[in-house]
Amino acid sequence: MNMSNVLGLIFANMHDSTIYEITKARTMGSIPFAARYRLIDFPLSNMVNSGISEVGVITKHNYQSLLDHLGSGREWDLSRKVGGLHILPPFGNASSGIYGGKLDALNGVLDFIRFSKAEYVVMSDCDVVANMDLRPILDAHIESGAEITAVYARDAFRMEQTRSATVFAVNEENKVYDVLITPELSGECSVSLNTYIVNKKFLEAVTVYGVSRNKVSFERDVLQGMLRDIYINAYRYDGYYCRIDCMKSYYDANLSLLEPDVRKKLFLPHNAIYTKVRDRAPTRYGLDAVAKNSLLADGCEIEGTVENSIIFRGVRVKRGATVRNSIVMQDTVIGSKCDVSCAILDKDVMVSDFRSLVGSSLYPVFVAKGAVV
Amino acid sequence: MYSKKECVAMLLAGGQGSRLYALTTKMAKPAVPYGGKYRIIDFPLSNCVNSGIDTVGVLTQYQPLVLNDYIGNGQPWDLDRLYGGVHILPPYQTALGAQWYKGTANAIYQNISFIEDYKPEYVLVLSGDHIYKMDYSKMLAFHKKKGADATIAVLEVPKDEASRFGIMSVDAEERIDAFEEKPKEPKSNLASMGIYIFTWAKLKQYLIDDEADPESSKDFGKNIIPAMLAAGEKMYAYAFQGYWKDVGTIDSLWEANMDLLNPNVPLDLMDEDWKIYSRNPVKPPHYVSAQAKVENSMITEGCEVYGNIDFSILFAGVEVEEGAVVRDSIIMPNSKIKRGAVVEYAIVGEGCVIGENAVVGARPESISNKDEWGVAVTGPGVAVPDGGVVRPKQMVSAEF
Repeated sequence: MNMSNVLGLIFANMHDSTIYEITKARTMGSIPFAARYRLIDFPLSNMVNSGISEVGVITKHNYQSLLDHLGSGREWDLSRKVGGLHILPPFGNASSGIYGGKLDALNGVLDFIRFSKAEYVVMSDCDVVANMDLRPILDAHIESGAEITAVYARDAFRMEQTRSATVFAVNEENKVYDVLITPELSGECSVSLNTYIVNKKFLEAVTVYGVSRNKVSFERDVLQGMLRDIYINAYRYDGYYCRIDCMKSYYDANLSLLEPDVRKKLFLPHNAIYTKVRDRAPTRYGLDAVAKNSLLADGCEIEGTVENSIIFRGVRVKRGATVRNSIVMQDTVIGSKCDVSCAILDKDVMVSDFRSLVGSSLYPVFVAKGAVV
Repeated sequence: MYSKKECVAMLLAGGQGSRLYALTTKMAKPAVPYGGKYRIIDFPLSNCVNSGIDTVGVLTQYQPLVLNDYIGNGQPWDLDRLYGGVHILPPYQTALGAQWYKGTANAIYQNISFIEDYKPEYVLVLSGDHIYKMDYSKMLAFHKKKGADATIAVLEVPKDEASRFGIMSVDAEERIDAFEEKPKEPKSNLASMGIYIFTWAKLKQYLIDDEADPESSKDFGKNIIPAMLAAGEKMYAYAFQGYWKDVGTIDSLWEANMDLLNPNVPLDLMDEDWKIYSRNPVKPPHYVSAQAKVENSMITEGCEVYGNIDFSILFAGVEVEEGAVVRDSIIMPNSKIKRGAVVEYAIVGEGCVIGENAVVGARPESISNKDEWGVAVTGPGVAVPDGGVVRPKQMVSAEF
């Protein structure tokens, strides 16, 4: 399949509220993940690695960190003359405010979508971390003749642990026959990975149709509302993924990367995950450093103990400090003789000497960006 | 802004680096990996950018492919510019014929037209052989203040090492009154760092005259500098203070890497105000396992560490299996140290595989005859078989 026929659309702000602690000053897409990435790096790299060279990133608010991260798109090879990366902030005009739902957002960028010569649109949110090849999904979509193909995974779904999820009922012919939004269910379900392939003409028509009738949600008003009238094909994804829909799942998804097997499935050598380059020196381990079962980015200075943790770029762990089962984001400093356990420390946090921060793996402590403990 | 540049840098990167042997059979010396994620050339290139010099000609000749690929359009150093930026300058054919660069001065001579395109007042001549951080703009300010024709950066070296360098004698005004290349009995301890600023109009004339001299070896140190001095041109020594290391030999390359692990050595790569830029390999963060032991070391992206690492530098994508030991060593990109292997006082080149229970190098105290001891080297792509031995001071290349 010629992927130059495909337009990518990424929704950077969808699901912000599921993890409101970390999205207070950023978008879902710019949440730091896996020691050196942001969540948007995954859908964006997947699109690039699948051969898509024209991508629009739709955003709504708090997008300064996102703009800073994406820049010209060069690090994803999307700084192009033809196509490339387009950041699409809310395109409000005198008569309309900021968009409400995904359909409303699509309406805001309708001119961008119409302008593209693509026949198909891949839409993706930033709440799923996976190294996903979109090419076989597009092939399946074209073969099915459907208007929409929805990507799902079989997942042990537990209502009490999720703040947002779309669940499909799929028949033997891979056809979606029911759509449930954050239902009261438990057990194995077909959970949406919030990745859709849609025929572009259909998407344009349905956006205009929906918005003229004050419909704003893609999930409620198209997937659910038009289920009887259109063909929604389901594509089961069997590769590795994790869904981030609450603090606990964010914490678990990060720590799952300490499994060699998970890293092998997520960081494929031929399908690299791209991110903004920071030009930090390699991480330096001091005389009494102890590092066990941890993932560390560049630019750190480790003089204390780090165990079962995810350490982002430029973190300093001073002498005698202990960091266990924690996520420590960029440029945070852990003072000497500190004890940090089961914590999520946002960027630029300063933990003073001798402080102790202890959470539980079921409810990790969160320290907001720039805080001094 | 778009009609001229005050100062153009010319970076001599064509050297073979023959005393690095196996490490430079397939690449020029400036392309040799250094410090976990850099290549030597990152230092002069980053210094240029940080000093506000955005036009750099890189003169290549010997094994340029790795270097060409690495520099690309110069974007990692912010040197992809509309006007100026980095330019790779190999020797080329002209209406008068084709010739190689016959010496450092001839290499600049052959690119006079490149320099003239920017109408510079000054030309900064650099080499791609040294590790240091230096603000060339301060040296240029010095050159201008003195009204100099040439300024040579100098470093005080210990008296007993002075005979290895080009040595300057200066008067009270820092004006150079004598220059000797590798003198037996040095008159001073001010060594040339191979960093020159010339007033372009002057240098151009000396290059043309030198080219016409069939006896000349067309070299800055041997010909141009002595000729300018003999003619009484205004030449000044600019004293540099800080870390500077020539990495032309296996021992000095090993030492310069180990210096990064010494907190007392004044070369800070973490300094956010003088970043050293490099081309990023796009790898995930590095992982250190529960069985691993890592101390006094530098590790970068893409490494997977299950063994013991002490006083060592691991470059991107290095894997060290469980039970392997790496001490006082440098492991270059994408090499693999297998289970039970012991690597000590060694430089392992790019893409090597050190087999299970293999032994590479040894500690100096384990050898009674000190003449037999030295840093062990495996050239790029060498596979040391399971149980294989690379002795101290031994150098193995691909045919191992």
